[in-house]
Amino acid sequence: MTASIPDPARQAGAPDRLDGGEVVFEAKDVTKRYDMGEVAVNALRGVNLSLRASEFIVLLGPSGSGKSTLLNILGGLDVPTSGAVTYRGRDLSGADDATRTAYRRNNVGFVFQFYNLIPSLTARENVALVTEIVRDPMPPQEALRIVGLGDRMNHFPAQLSGGEQQRVAIARAISKRPEVLLCDEPTGALDISTGVVVLEAIERINRELGTATAVITHNAAVASIADRVVQLSDGLIVADRSNPVKTAARDLTW
Amino acid sequence: MQALDRKLFRDLWRIKGQALAISMVIAVGVLMLIAYRSNFDSLQSTRDVYYERQRFGHVFATLKRAPLVLGNRISAIPGVAQAETRVVFDVALDVEGLAEPATGRLVSIPERQREIVNDVVLVHGRYIEPGRSDEVILSKGFADANRLRPGDTVGAILNGRRRDLEIVGVGLSPEYVYTIRAGEMIPDNTRFGVFWMGRRALAAAFDMEGGFNDVSLLLRPGAQEERVIQELDDLLRPYGGWGAIPRDLQLSHWSVQNELNGIRVAGVIIPMVFLGVAAFLLHVVLHRIVSVQREQIATLKALGYPQLSIALHYTYWALAISLTGTVIGTVCGALLGRGMLSMYNDFFRFPVLDYRLDPVVVAGAVVLGIFAAVFGARASVRRAVRLQPAEAMRPEPPARYSASLVERLGLRRLLSQPARIILRNIERQPVRSAITIGGIALSLAVLIVGMFAVDSLDLMMDMQFRVAQRQDLQLTFTEPISPDGIYSLERLPGVMLAEPVLSVPVRLRSGQRSRQLSITGLPNSPQLFRVIDVETLSPADLSHDGVVLAERLADVLDVRPGDSITAEVLIGNRSVREIAVASTVRQHMGLAAYMNIDSVRRLLHHDKTLSGGYLTVDSQALPELFKAIKETPAIAGSGLKAAALKSFQETFAANLGIMIFFNVLFASIIAFGVVYNAARVSLAERSRELASLRVMGFTRQEISAILLGELGILALLALPLGLLLGYVMTSQLIKAMETELYALPFSVVPSTYALCALTVLGATVVSGLIVRRKLDHLDLLEVLKAKE
Repeated sequence: MTASIPDPARQAGAPDRLDGGEVVFEAKDVTKRYDMGEVAVNALRGVNLSLRASEFIVLLGPSGSGKSTLLNILGGLDVPTSGAVTYRGRDLSGADDATRTAYRRNNVGFVFQFYNLIPSLTARENVALVTEIVRDPMPPQEALRIVGLGDRMNHFPAQLSGGEQQRVAIARAISKRPEVLLCDEPTGALDISTGVVVLEAIERINRELGTATAVITHNAAVASIADRVVQLSDGLIVADRSNPVKTAARDLTW
Repeated sequence: MQALDRKLFRDLWRIKGQALAISMVIAVGVLMLIAYRSNFDSLQSTRDVYYERQRFGHVFATLKRAPLVLGNRISAIPGVAQAETRVVFDVALDVEGLAEPATGRLVSIPERQREIVNDVVLVHGRYIEPGRSDEVILSKGFADANRLRPGDTVGAILNGRRRDLEIVGVGLSPEYVYTIRAGEMIPDNTRFGVFWMGRRALAAAFDMEGGFNDVSLLLRPGAQEERVIQELDDLLRPYGGWGAIPRDLQLSHWSVQNELNGIRVAGVIIPMVFLGVAAFLLHVVLHRIVSVQREQIATLKALGYPQLSIALHYTYWALAISLTGTVIGTVCGALLGRGMLSMYNDFFRFPVLDYRLDPVVVAGAVVLGIFAAVFGARASVRRAVRLQPAEAMRPEPPARYSASLVERLGLRRLLSQPARIILRNIERQPVRSAITIGGIALSLAVLIVGMFAVDSLDLMMDMQFRVAQRQDLQLTFTEPISPDGIYSLERLPGVMLAEPVLSVPVRLRSGQRSRQLSITGLPNSPQLFRVIDVETLSPADLSHDGVVLAERLADVLDVRPGDSITAEVLIGNRSVREIAVASTVRQHMGLAAYMNIDSVRRLLHHDKTLSGGYLTVDSQALPELFKAIKETPAIAGSGLKAAALKSFQETFAANLGIMIFFNVLFASIIAFGVVYNAARVSLAERSRELASLRVMGFTRQEISAILLGELGILALLALPLGLLLGYVMTSQLIKAMETELYALPFSVVPSTYALCALTVLGATVVSGLIVRRKLDHLDLLEVLKAKE
């Protein structure tokens, strides 16, 4: 399903991320069914998707379309009911909790709609929370500088705006130098201008660090900053297209 | 059922674990209240009815010998309803199957049964028959302990002649509810019994025909006890009266009253601790509930529910939890109370000891339960009522944190991020942290209060029977004999060392204060019966003419070393002398006075100056020695130390085990209730935070360490506080229970402290582990989806 379309937005001289990128995730015929008492919900009904190194994709779709479920399965938070998910050839679909925990710890950076910062830790400490437990992290200060919060490192979450809190969450996610960055509605709780700043940070990380990035949104406007847009509806991928022209995050309006 | 009530039930069901943990704390408080109070009521009402029915005396006096006609003058004292003159003697007994000699107290009763003061209740058998001089009614405790029944006989030495007393009945008397010999610590039913014997036969045996040596008075309502006592003393003085005592000082009554006071104090303090802890727990849980239900409260208000409904709704939460506990506590309290009362049957002898649970007590428990609930719910209810709907629709602002004290002290760099999370959380919620620490500390304190009695009793026994008293056997003569008598004691088989003692009843007076007791005359430096200060463990110096007073007696008389007191000898020539207080010694019990034996002899102006002896004996020769004692008419009684100790252990050991079991159980319930609730509330508040950590790749162990580490730190902080609190509460309890005659020593050995601390930590760990299981089932997806 992966398209090998040249990226017109790509800067000259940059490594060929799309064509030469190794496949990071591979999802094959993934279904997910939740039994809620007497009702069964089929959140995913046979999804095939792959994500390559350095690729920036946006998962687009209305609420209930299954995009969060897919992201959670890719991130090792959940397991599929059937089908196979591999991360760099390692099977994730049958992995036990300890394996998935180690996988999240070492390979995945998560960003959520509601930041999920630890209120009792400062910005720097929230980042350090991660850097203390992984191999080869970047210094917390550096992660915070990347998201533009170098001067607010010693503030507690309660002293930061929503956008700033989300950028701390991003810094926390990237500080481990993850191979993939998974963002679930990172701008969902933010206004336009703040949302743009957050997206800029994500964009910059994908560009400068080459981290494979998947962003969930229900906001179609956001899709234009990605290399590729995957559209979900009712548990199925209904469209998978490459962006002919990537818009810079700062030029977004919605 | 109204919708709001349905919400209440379902919400409560969701937090059932926490609710039950609090209910159990309340249940224990109510249980203690019911058990103690019902025992108090049962004992008191049984006692009062018993006293009334058996005409228990108000005033008691003993004397040397007075003619019977004096009885008429005693009856004529204003206020006296009935005067009972009696003949009372202690004799040595020879009970079949009992190697060591026992002591019998022979108390005269009329040949023909009539209503007398201190009337005997027949439990088995029949009353004595006139003209059959050897018939006796035996006290039930002694009969049970020695398996004696009507028809059996007991050998006794009456005034030097051996007689076989025939048991025709087994009975009880209000005078001997607590059957103990004066001067002893422990009731010994095997070796001390009361025998009621026909007046004529008893008087004949002791040359007391036409006379009496004991009198009990029943007073009319409103009689002035003190004046009666004074007039009685005046009448008896020429006849060797020792001074009358009121019922309050009668040994059996005093012991029962002491116990009643003890359970009344314990029945107030201990339930209050439990209900207080429960109120705090309710506060913590409801505070959390109101926070979580902010938006629900706002919605209810928006829908038009009045403030009162909201206030009642959250008050009902607390009431439901509290009333559940009250019901459980009442049922268990009634069961435990019944069991506790049957334990009293081992100590106190009543004809029937009926369990009685007054509905007023149950009502009181319910009221206290409601009070604890309302008190605990108060702050949260106020918060719910004050909440502005518009404001409450928005989520609560994020909690504010700052660097913790430890970090501000410059230790920040030493702390990992999880450690900082723990410390900042503890510091950010000082009230809740304090409640957790306080609750755990109280559970430890309650445990120490419950356990100290064991160590205290151990210390007392150790001081009394190992440090101070080194004799194996104590012998008392029927009346003082010449000092040479000590040689005859030394010649008894198996005796290795014999030490003389001269005990003389006196009234010690200083100004308006006076007390009646025996001065114990001992050799200069006694080797067997030693006068030891329990604090310094050094023996008192007796090589002078002065008197050594137990510190408590010195306080009662308000004298200090160097002062002088008046000693009025109550026997023989009844001389009155001024004697100097040489020193005081601290002792655990008794109002004792000690002197050099030669000084006591001078006080007495009498040549027959040996009242008994302390002996060490070769245990191999004991049977032979006992045989010799039983054949020696001059010996009235003997006390075998080992037998007293054994009897004590038999009586107390079983009860002690039960007591420790309940102490540990109840303290664990508090500790569990406190820690479990603290952990659940923390978990509920921070599940999102902990789930975020899990998402980031923290393991279960790592997030458990954050949640449980906080509790662990609080528990460790609580330990020293609990030890301190236990120390304070115990010393207060000792003070509350202290009497003129008696003060429990404060003694908690390190192993008891350790056991108490481990019990509390154990309960903490168990509740922590239960919460830990919840952590394992944390739904990572759910918590990330919803906003706080």
